[in-house]
Amino acid sequence: MTTPSQTVGPFYGFALPYAADWELAPEGHPGAVTITGRVLDGAGDPVPDALLEVWTGEAGARGALDRAGTGACGFGRCGTAADGSYRFRLVPPTRPYLALLVFARGLLKPVRTRVYLADVPDPLLGSLDPAGRATLLARPDGQDAYRFDVRLQGEGETVFLEF
Amino acid sequence: MTHPPYLYPDYASTVLRAPSRPPLPMKDDPEAAELTGPVFGRGEVDPLDADLTAGHAGEPLGERIIVTGRVLDASGRPVPDTLVEIWQANSAGRYAHQRDRHPAPLDPNFTGAGRCLTDGEGRYRFVTIKPGAYPWRNHPNAWRPAHIHFSVFGTAFTQRLVTQMYFPGDPLFAFDPIFRSVPGPTRERLVCAFDLDVTEPEWALGYRWDVVLGGTPMEDA
Ligand SMILES: [Fe+2]
Repeated sequence: MTTPSQTVGPFYGFALPYAADWELAPEGHPGAVTITGRVLDGAGDPVPDALLEVWTGEAGARGALDRAGTGACGFGRCGTAADGSYRFRLVPPTRPYLALLVFARGLLKPVRTRVYLADVPDPLLGSLDPAGRATLLARPDGQDAYRFDVRLQGEGETVFLEF
Repeated sequence: MTHPPYLYPDYASTVLRAPSRPPLPMKDDPEAAELTGPVFGRGEVDPLDADLTAGHAGEPLGERIIVTGRVLDASGRPVPDTLVEIWQANSAGRYAHQRDRHPAPLDPNFTGAGRCLTDGEGRYRFVTIKPGAYPWRNHPNAWRPAHIHFSVFGTAFTQRLVTQMYFPGDPLFAFDPIFRSVPGPTRERLVCAFDLDVTEPEWALGYRWDVVLGGTPMEDA
């Protein structure tokens, strides 16, 4: 009797974002990295009204909603900007990947994927062809920074997961 | 099938956003990060956030309502201390969002966003006003039935749910592709029930709606 999913719609913006929601780790936190990217639709156009949620799998020292406490936490949220871009600052977990959920108008249920920060031996990566595997690998982009785009549909479509 | 499909052409925005390939099943990784999820502390959520009629200079216009229910897992166990967030249009069908162009009035006494943590028995409870129906541009003369958007976490990231709660007997159900994207009678799970026991005399109508989160693969095994 699971409750069905419905789209997040276009108007979540005054409700779900919270202060510094994208900053799982404060600026200057030792070991923190930045991940930036864009969400693109089947025409290659940016999705300006998506909401991304990241979960590192490790709760950390401060609460998921708390951005005043010291230390990092494992959960963050970021609404995309007009150009479809998002960003997170976080401490990479022990596992080689981050769990990512994308909600948007036009998505009746979220898509979920993983952001791999390193191309390491891994059952999921190992099960994919090179093109699919490439969609899950974040690209190093300068010091302590990565890029990761989400392509919802079409060429280079991100490999999405179902649990 | 409980959930709607990604591609549902009657809802036009799905056409360019639905993935073209089915998601890859992840069944055999008991160490997956997705089987855990964020934990929320009592100190992180202000209890006043559950009253959407408060926090402004005056009372919002519209029909005051109480919306309450429980968050349950797939086997019917309550999920305590989990975050429930809601957002909605005001009684005239207008969102307090800068991109909402519906020419209905904003209400200076209503923002329409609230949140709470479930209690030890998985219960949540909001005080708000009944949202109005509103038009959208999906097709000619398209109107959304009155609804409250819900966001619920659960204990694992796999259980994360964003959905919409509707009100009983809405004549717009027959015309709304978002509601109808859910297969057959399953969509009735999105409709709350009027409840006289939740209703408070001389003050507010009461509605009851339980949220049942999906199972994790480990629980199904
Ligand atoms: Fe809505």
